[in-house]
Amino acid sequence: MPVKEQRQAPPPEITQGRHPMEKYLRMDRIPHIWCAGCGLGTTLASFLYAVDDMGLDPDSLAVISGIGCTGRVAGYVRMDSYHTTHGRPIAFATGLKLAKPYTKAVVFSGDGDLFAIGGNHFIHAARRNLDMNVICVNNLNYGMTGGQVGPTTPLGGRCTTSPYGNFEHPFNLVHVAASAGAAYVARWTSLDVRRLQKAIQEMLSRKGFSFLEVIAPCPTNYGRRNKLGSGLDELRYYADHAVIKHGADLSETDMIPGQDFLVGKFVDSEKPTFWEMYQDKVAALEERSSR
Amino acid sequence: MPAKAVLSGVHFMNGDEAIAEGAMAAGCRFFAAYPITPQSEIAERLAARLPRIGGTFVQMEDELAAMAAVVGASWGGDKAMTATSGPGFSLMMENLGLAVMTETPCVLANVQRAGPSTGLPTAVGQGDMMQARWGSHGHYELIALCPYSPQEAFDLTVRAFAMAERFRTPVLIMTDEVVGHMYEKVEIPEEVSEASRRRPQGPPDEFLPFKPDEDLVPPMACTGEGYRIHVTGLTHDERGYPDMSADAQDKLVRRLCDKIRLYPDEYTLWEEHFLEDAEVAIISYGISARVALRAVELARRQGHKVGLLRLVTAWPFPDDLVRRVADSVKGLVTVELNLGQISREVERAVKGKVPQVGVYHSGGRIHRPEEVLAGIEEVL
Repeated sequence: MPVKEQRQAPPPEITQGRHPMEKYLRMDRIPHIWCAGCGLGTTLASFLYAVDDMGLDPDSLAVISGIGCTGRVAGYVRMDSYHTTHGRPIAFATGLKLAKPYTKAVVFSGDGDLFAIGGNHFIHAARRNLDMNVICVNNLNYGMTGGQVGPTTPLGGRCTTSPYGNFEHPFNLVHVAASAGAAYVARWTSLDVRRLQKAIQEMLSRKGFSFLEVIAPCPTNYGRRNKLGSGLDELRYYADHAVIKHGADLSETDMIPGQDFLVGKFVDSEKPTFWEMYQDKVAALEERSSR
Repeated sequence: MPAKAVLSGVHFMNGDEAIAEGAMAAGCRFFAAYPITPQSEIAERLAARLPRIGGTFVQMEDELAAMAAVVGASWGGDKAMTATSGPGFSLMMENLGLAVMTETPCVLANVQRAGPSTGLPTAVGQGDMMQARWGSHGHYELIALCPYSPQEAFDLTVRAFAMAERFRTPVLIMTDEVVGHMYEKVEIPEEVSEASRRRPQGPPDEFLPFKPDEDLVPPMACTGEGYRIHVTGLTHDERGYPDMSADAQDKLVRRLCDKIRLYPDEYTLWEEHFLEDAEVAIISYGISARVALRAVELARRQGHKVGLLRLVTAWPFPDDLVRRVADSVKGLVTVELNLGQISREVERAVKGKVPQVGVYHSGGRIHRPEEVLAGIEEVL
């Protein structure tokens, strides 16, 4: 039986505008792989605006990612950028940073990468107070692999590997970061683009281990399975439920579906970094041997 | 006054310490590791020495992190190294693969103990030889060297750094608990030439970070040098950009293998003892070769024409060398502290032309020369 010819309309002509932050992007890799409605684009843009606003030399930065949707950030920035193994960007960045102490190390990765498979590296880098900036885009599930349950999936959240609803208690990332010793801890949503930019500028201008959690929609996977609507609907949800409370008690920062949740800057402290402590030892050794 | 990186002179030290000294002499300025027996003396020596010579020591939270940090430090421009033993070696396989795929020069010492699993943590083994070759996923080549004395542990560590830079590959030092803990004289020369890294030529705009030179090895640009490189463990093209095609995969993996495979003369090291008139050749490596040499002496005393081929480079396996030795004898005896790993390679190279006997022990102690002698008598 002859198959009815499928007529396809010609694709619409793409009239692409130029991105104002193009100079920091590998434009030969654009379009990116991220879904419409995802929070990654705005988060990356906030980072690039922060770099631009601070007038940082791109060669003074290194972007290190793990594996996953957020892991692809390293592939799009026109800077020294490293797309490493799953869960290990912080460990990789530890070596890179200690070999090049004056490079600003920016780790961009997801909740699964940084807090499931890479959780151990996260808490120890925070404990050591390594001078690095960790931006975690938390979309509540494993997006790249098709929407599996993750360490931040809320109770009841439906994912491909929690088909009857998640029954594991999730991590509260900002609480984990603060408990492990991070010097700077903030949480914003991907709706808060200006605040994200400001937070990233603060991170880049402080020394020590700084952590930013970005709550971001995943309309293709988490949002769809949990009937949260489009990416835009999720942003509306953030607008309705995110409450700014700087310096909040971290025990109040849990995120429970349907309830208001806290965003803001929770920790902003100063303590000696791993490198400073190491250099102090080196100086003491030199003084002792010259005596 | 800062301490000396090259500890010139005659020393009494163990194999682990000799590896640490060899690393610093070769220019290693970054070491990351996790404590494990019988590797600890390497880490302890570097923890004491590196801060005094402008280097960095960091004890990581596990061996996954240690190997990842070494790869990161190498991209930061440092000569970098880690050291471990069996269980930690298993954890390092993930980022060893990253080093292979991203062509990151680095050195990994495995002071082998008896496994599987926790096994005999304080006792000798050579059971990781195949893991050294195939332990990370995917198809690849790397270089593995097997010292049989503290002096050689020093010398081979220096060479390992040079080979790592020359081929942009991880190089393994596959030593063992006995060599690691054996104290002997180690002579460190006045000068040791530091391994040098092949640097990019030409303007950054035109630089393709994974475009190889004629010898299939690309020059290496590091962090903060203006090249704005992208480095990924994904299959990539010459720009370093992901390319998800089967063609790109095949092209890249073949080059990664060929860049090493095609230059055996630059890394194949071995030693021959009494092979000129030998009717039986023992093939061994590391501590087992040392016992085998004693067995050769005993056999010679009994009038048997026996020689020893000591493999210093285990990987890539020296097929031609083994074949040449096999052609000149009537039988082969392979001696190793596992139940037959390198002997499989010997069999593969020799293709059954001469009989081969394996003298195996699964570790916990070294062979007795008499056991090797019994193996010799079996093929005579």
